[in-house]
Formats: sequence, C-alpha cells, structure tokens
Amino acid sequence: MPTLNLVQAINDALRTAMHADDRVVVLGEDVGKFGGVFRATLGLQEQFGDKRVIDTPLSEAGIVGTAIGMALYGLRPVPEIQFADFIYPAFDQIVNEMAKYRYRSGGQYPCPVVVRTPFGGGIKGGHYHSQSNEAYFCHTAGLQVVVPSNPYDAKGLLLSAIRGEDPVVFMEPKRLYRAAKGDVPDQDYTVPIGKAKVLREGQQVTLVTYGAMTVVAMEAAEQAAAAGISAEVLDLRTLVPLDLEAILASVEKTGRAIVVSEAPRTGSFAAEIAALIGEHAILHLEAPVLRVTGFDTPFPYALEAEYLPDARRVREAIDRVLSF
Amino acid sequence: MSVSPRPGAALSNLPEMYREMVLVRELSSRAVALQRQGRIGSWLGSEGQEAAMVGSAHALEPFDWVFASYREHAVPLVRGVPVVALFNHLFANVDDNARGRNLPPEYTFREVNFVSVSAPVGNQALQAVGAATAAQIRGDRTVVMTYFGDGTASQGDVHTAMVFAAQLKAPVVFFCQNNGWAISVPTARQSAVPLVERAAAVGLKGIQVDGNDAQEVLDATRAAVDRARSGAGPTFIVAMTYRLGAHSTSDDPSKYRDAAELARAEARDPLRIARAQLGLSDSEDEAIRAEARRAIAEAVAQAERVPRPQAIELCDGVYAEMPWHLRLEQQEL
Ligand SMILES: Cc1ncc(C[n+]2csc(CCOP(=O)(O)OP(=O)(O)O)c2C)c(N)n1
Ligand SMILES: [Mg+2]
Repeated sequence: MPTLNLVQAINDALRTAMHADDRVVVLGEDVGKFGGVFRATLGLQEQFGDKRVIDTPLSEAGIVGTAIGMALYGLRPVPEIQFADFIYPAFDQIVNEMAKYRYRSGGQYPCPVVVRTPFGGGIKGGHYHSQSNEAYFCHTAGLQVVVPSNPYDAKGLLLSAIRGEDPVVFMEPKRLYRAAKGDVPDQDYTVPIGKAKVLREGQQVTLVTYGAMTVVAMEAAEQAAAAGISAEVLDLRTLVPLDLEAILASVEKTGRAIVVSEAPRTGSFAAEIAALIGEHAILHLEAPVLRVTGFDTPFPYALEAEYLPDARRVREAIDRVLSF
Repeated sequence: MSVSPRPGAALSNLPEMYREMVLVRELSSRAVALQRQGRIGSWLGSEGQEAAMVGSAHALEPFDWVFASYREHAVPLVRGVPVVALFNHLFANVDDNARGRNLPPEYTFREVNFVSVSAPVGNQALQAVGAATAAQIRGDRTVVMTYFGDGTASQGDVHTAMVFAAQLKAPVVFFCQNNGWAISVPTARQSAVPLVERAAAVGLKGIQVDGNDAQEVLDATRAAVDRARSGAGPTFIVAMTYRLGAHSTSDDPSKYRDAAELARAEARDPLRIARAQLGLSDSEDEAIRAEARRAIAEAVAQAERVPRPQAIELCDGVYAEMPWHLRLEQQEL
C-alpha cells in the first residue's frame, strides 16, 4: 500500500472519482496545468483534459456559482477555493444558494457541489492564509462540513462527499498537507460522512477535536499518559452532521470533556459541542466542559505559535478538569 | 450547427404571445389584489414588462434552461406550466411543488427546466453560466437563459458571470429587463454608460432591443439563442421596458417617480403595441381578457382550497436524509 501525505491523498481521491464517474469535474484558480498552489490537482488536467479540469478566471463567487449551475445540470463539480480565507466572495453563493437549493426547490434541484478548501494556521500565513472559519458553514442549514485529519480519511471522506447527494464544504488542514503521512489504498474506498473516530482510548477525559488539532490533542494525551492520566482522543472527521453518539459514548465513560479547536472561541463550533454535551450528558459530567481554542482576535502573524492551541494549553485544561 | 425553427415559426407568434401577455397582466394584478386582501404574501408585479418576458421566452426550446429573477412570471407559463401550478405556489399550499417554502415570486418548475428563483439579486447569472458549461461538457444542445434587472446589472456576480461566460464560450444568453428602476433608483444612477455597452468590454455580443415590442424581442432573442447553440458564444440582450407598477406590494412609487414619466410609459404599454399590431377590435380584445380572467379565477379558486403544509414538514428536505439533529428538532414541533 503506498504511503501518501494528505495532499497526495486528496489528489488520489480526485483522480479516483474522475476516473469512476465522468460527471466529476474540477474547477478553480490554478488547478489546471499547474495542479493547484498546494498541488492537490496535480496531473488531473493532463489525464482528464481541460473540459473537466478548468482553470477559471480569478473569482471565488464565479467558481462556486458556476459549480452550482453545473451540479443543477447533473454534473458533480468539485471546485477548489485556494485558501479558506478567500472564500468570502463566494459566501453568498454557498450559504444562500448551494445550501438552500434542495429545500427551496422542494427537492427538485439538489445541489451536490463539494467545495474543497485548505484552512487553518501553522504555516506562517498571517491573517489571510490561516483562518479556521468552519463555524460559518456549520451554522448554515443544508451544508455538510467535513474535516479530515489524515491521508486515509482524506481520500475516503472526499470520495463519500463527491458521491453524496448534499453540498459539502470540505476543509483540508493545510498544516498537515505534507506533515501527515500514512498508508492509503490504491483502491476506491469511502469513509462515511458523519462518523467520528477514536484515535486513542482513555478513561479519565475526552479530547474532542478535528483537523490539525488532532495532532496537538494526541501529543497532549501522550504527555498526560506519562503523568499517569488516561485521555481519550476523538477525531470528529465530520462537523455536520456531527457524530453526537460517539461524543456521548466517550464522555459518559470519562465524565470530562475538552474541545480542542484552533478557531476563535466565541460562537465557535467548539461552543456547539460543549452545549450538546451539557444538554445530553450533564449527569455524567464530573467537571465543566472546557474549550481550548484560538483567541477572539484576528489571526496573528508573529504570535502564531501563541495563538494556536498547543499541548501545553491542552495539558493545563486536562489538569483543570481533573482537579475540579 | 444550425437549428431548425420550431413548427410554425415562419408565421407570426404574435397572436399567441398576445394571449400570454394578457394572461400575465391579469395574473399580476390579481396577485396584487390577493396580497392586499391578505390571502398571499408579497408580490412583485410585472405590469409593463410582458413583451420582454413573453417574447424572450418564445425563443427557447423546451429542453433549454432558465435561471430567472423574481419578475419573470410569464416565463413558466409560456413554457407550459399550468396557471393553477403558479397559484399553488402563490398560496404556498401542499400542492406547491416546493411545499410552500418560498415567497410568491420564487418559483421552481423542474418539468420545464425553470430553476429555483432566489432573492439575492444576480446570483442566478453565475449559475446559468455553470449550467451552460455543463451542457457544453456533456455535448448537449441546451442553451441557458438568465434574466435580471437593470439594477442587478451592477452586481459583481453578473459581471463575473459575463467574464466567465465569454471565457468559457458558454451557451448562455443574458437577458436584462431594463425597466427603468431598481426600487426607487433610476437606471441612470446605476450605470454611467448604457448597459449594453458593457458587453464589448468582456467579449460578449451586446444588443439593445425595444422591450415593449414582443416580436422584436423574440427575433433578437432567437438570434442570440441560435448563436449560443451554434457555439458562437454568449450574448447580452438589454430589453428597454418600463415597470408600470410598484416595485412590490410594499412599495409606493409616487414617493419617487414623476407622474409625467409614468404617463409617457403608459403610452408605450406593450399590450397596447401588440394589440395595435394585431389590429384587434374591442370585442376581440375583451374576449381574450375575459378568457384570461376566467382561467385565473378558476385557478385561484382551486389553489385556495388546498391546505397549507403541516408543521411536521418543517424539517423535511434540508438534506437528502434527515440528520439526527433535525429529527430531534422536529420533535419540538
Ligand atoms: C443582493 C441583494 N441586494 C438587495 C436586494 C433588495 N432588492 C430587491 S429587488 C431590488 C432592486 C432590483 O432592481 P432591478 O435589478 O432593476 O430589478 P427589478 O426589481 O427592477 O426587476 C433590490 C435592491 C436583493 N434582493 N438582493
Ligand atoms: Mg429594474
């Protein structure tokens, strides 16, 4: 089985999807000859031609709006937004159009677009190459929001997204594009949307996380283990629809939960998870649900390392819930 | 590739178009009355724009696609949607094919490739380019028509749609109904140049037509549709017309519009022009109007008897399958 990094796994998924289904098309900025600024679409235009791998003019609204029309017509478009920080020009098309088509048309026009976009910090990208803006999309009824954390899941989840009937915002943790490596089967396989995965079993506290923060949570859990504390790490993989069952199963066992996410805290998806645990598992809790997140500031450049949650901050939170 | 004309195209379409223009005039004024009586939600009238809507719609084949704005009430009718289906939508009842989820002018009629209308102006233009590109990728002969207003032409999405369409040579026709106003703002405040001049800047063919002359609109649109179908590229049509009524049932144009301007526009009412072209007598005209009113009355009576959706449906159809969180929320209903 080949060992791929996360961006290669995305590339593999796109190739697999395009090979299996000629309705699948890719469009975006620099996705054609160049293969995308992160090389996620490398070689696809060469293999599938410039009718199915389209270098569009430079407009995010244009990319997503066009993709929506393609999906309505019966194709399976997979537009790329070069950085999630630049998705806002397409925001209207995503939240007012893509998300609402099925409902507002009474099911006559489903809109199966998969918007792929790299997101998150850790690459010294400053305000505009680092944002974790998933909460906007999680807040929008009609969208699915998927965040892989490793190459195997990235391929399987992207194939599920492309073959699903609903629009998806597929957010790729760019910090892990090359850092995350793993075995990825050559074959066509899917990982189901809406299913979380336990990355590490533990008994005393649950770290609920996703994307690049899985790495931080795992590091904190290892450090905690060295100090005799048993932490479970749950990788959500999909934010909407959320695998609440998996969260509750873990929290009912451990009695403590910490949500680790690099997005700003206020109005965040971490807040939603904390609320859900409060609503559904209050009698199992030994301590308040804590959030270790980014700060309620714009994304800082020089102080990036301080902004992003790290193992130290997660450990402190673990100590707080255990000593509550 | 040239396209054979639809049967009867050599003859004038005007008699049929006139009947449809009258039908939608009567329909729009009935809808305003229904709104005033509290029987339907807000309405955006199309009085004065019948020739632009009907003439352009006649240029399309049944397999072509339409991405419209909220003011093209005639287009689904011309494409064969029964009047009662429109009223089922206006009354937001359970026979509405979108289950009462939208305001009156926001239709979807998939059976005639009339795509779901939304309110944020201009978004549909980009989607039209996408559908046209998809048709091109598939090798279909489909042409996609998108409608928008003169104010909407200022939206970035419309400009981008034109840039994309020209670049992709998408088989699309941009049809702007320049009705003189965007709510209270006249077209002169939208654009420093006649809108049609924008076409050249992005590489589209641009034509301006008398939007109150149905036959002229039809001929121009047919040429643009044929051009798109033959692979020669997109066209931007600006139909010069006039919004004789209010912007919507929440609007009062007397606050911003000159009575003399309205009087001049009324002299160029498209129904008057078509009627004169056809040489209809008063009694012939009255027969056409009476027939339209009868069809509308029947449709209103039928649609109003149909019940509204049940509360339990509120959470249906957001996703292909209802996720657990909506199942839980549904229990609160
Ligand atoms: C993006 C957006 N901004 C504002 C509005 C509110 N609005 C609805 S119609 C309208 C005027 C549109 O004028 P025009 O494009 O000329 O079309 P018309 O109403 O004349 O048919 C405005 C401002 C809207 N629907 N969408
Ligand atoms: Mg207008």
